[in-house]
This record gives sequence, structure tokens and C-alpha cells, in this order.
Amino acid sequence: MNWGSPAEFFAMGGYGLYVWGSVIVCILIMVMEPIMASKRQKNILRALRRERIAEDLDRQ
Amino acid sequence: MNNRLIKWFKYASPQSFYPLAGRMIPWFWALAAVFGVIGLWISFFVAPTDAVQGEGYRIIFLHVPASWMSMFIYLVMAGWAGLGLALNTRLSGMMAQALAPTGALMAFISLWTGAFWGKPMWGTWWVWDARLTSELILFFLYIGFIALQAAIDDARRADKAGAILALVGVVNVPIIYFSVKWWNTLHQGASVSLMKSPSMAQTMLWGMLVMALCFWMYSIAVALMRVRAIILERETQTEWVRELPEVKS
Repeated sequence: MNWGSPAEFFAMGGYGLYVWGSVIVCILIMVMEPIMASKRQKNILRALRRERIAEDLDRQ
Repeated sequence: MNNRLIKWFKYASPQSFYPLAGRMIPWFWALAAVFGVIGLWISFFVAPTDAVQGEGYRIIFLHVPASWMSMFIYLVMAGWAGLGLALNTRLSGMMAQALAPTGALMAFISLWTGAFWGKPMWGTWWVWDARLTSELILFFLYIGFIALQAAIDDARRADKAGAILALVGVVNVPIIYFSVKWWNTLHQGASVSLMKSPSMAQTMLWGMLVMALCFWMYSIAVALMRVRAIILERETQTEWVRELPEVKS
């Protein structure tokens, strides 16, 4: 174990800004990207469902 | 034709790949999570403090996997694009299109973490040296590929134009990889190489490799999610899309 206390862990031996600046941006991107991909999936599915309903109504 | 070959051709069609991708996604997410937890644990709690760079070196556990993925995803993307160009298969172009944003983000993470590493160690966020500049060009190649495809309405023509751009851009990947050898650069040489034993502590190496596996699994999972959406967007008019349970309900 490298760290005596949580404060030491967050300080990263004086490199806190650089280490956490990298980690936070990386995590942010890797959380946003799948959210956007699933949004894209939901959008196209909604459009397809709507189209199907419209076709069914046309036929009636 | 033997059975195995037929099976491969079967999964090369969007219709059969769509449900297959759907079944694979949760597994790749699970693997990404497992490797991510183990990798971060090794990176931040097991790997020792670096003799020269103190705790600042820990950026390596994100920087190197992201850089590897940015180059590797480009090769895979260009491979799919080339396959699509040669065989005119529908799924290939969709795969290339699905991979591009993930590759671009990996290149961005590589540049970003590189800047945050360079500032404390070199005293500057950015230098125009061979490694950094060629990685920036890779980022622009991804952006160019995405923009070019978005600018052409006809999907098949967009695939063809994109494929040519992707294939021409491949020349940049070995330039990035060997840039630290070919030119005098501020960037350090390869920490891990196929030719010689790695120049780092065992636990550091393990942390990096496990994080790289996490990034692999993440990239596959997110690209499969995107390719499913792309398949639906492009196959809107087909019967099988209409008959999907998630469309019918």
C-alpha cells in the first residue's frame, strides 16, 4: 500500500492536479460515450415504432 | 463450401449480426468493468511510486492504453473499410462508421492525458514533436473520416469515400509507432516492446496491461452498441427491421 491517508491519496505526491485531471476527463468520456450510443439506439427505435404505427393507421 | 464458412457469411449480414451484437454487449461490459476495477486497483494501490517521476507517472495507466487503442482501432476501422471496398459487403461500412467515434475519443484521451503528463514532467502542455504531432494527425484523420461520411447522404457512397480516406491515413499509424525511434523527440521510447523485455517494474507493467484489456473490452462494447443503431438507421426500409420485437411493440 502506498498511501497513509486519503488526503495523501488525493494529493498524489503533489501531482494531484495532473493525475486527477487525466482520470476525471477519461472517466467523463467513457461514461458519456455509451450514454450517447444508447440514446442513438433509442431514437432510431422510436422513429421506427412511429413509422410502423403510421403505416398501420394508413392501412385501416 | 464447408459449414464454417457459411456461418461466417451468415454473420456478415446486418440482419443476423444485429441480434448477435445485442447478445455480446453485456458480456463485453462485464469484462470491461472487471478489468477496470482490477486495473485501477493495481494502478493506484499496488504499483510502487516511480523513482524519477514520483506519483505523477500514474497517468501512464490511462495514457498508454488509450494511445494503443487509438492506433489499433484505426487499423481495424481501415481494415473493415477496405473489406467493404473490395467485397462490397454491407456490414463492413457500418463497422467502420461505428468504430470512428470511439477511435477519435481514444486519440483525444491520449492527447489530453499526454498534455497533463507533459506539463509537470517536461514543463509544457504541448510540443510540436514527432510523436505528439503524428498522434494529433491521427485525431484529425478520425474527425475527417466522420465529417466526410456525414457530408454524403448516400450511405454506400459515404462508405466508399470514407474507406479511401481511412486507407490512405493508415500510413500515419506506423509513423506514430516508430516516431520515437526515427526522430529525436521529447517523448520517451516504448516502455513495452515485442522485441525486448519491458523497461519497467512488474506491477507497473501488469497495471498497464490490465488497463489495456479494460480499454479493449470497453471499445468493443461501445462500438457494438453504435453499430446496432447504425444498422437500424440504414435498414429502416427492410422487412426484418419492421418485424423486430422492439419495433413491433
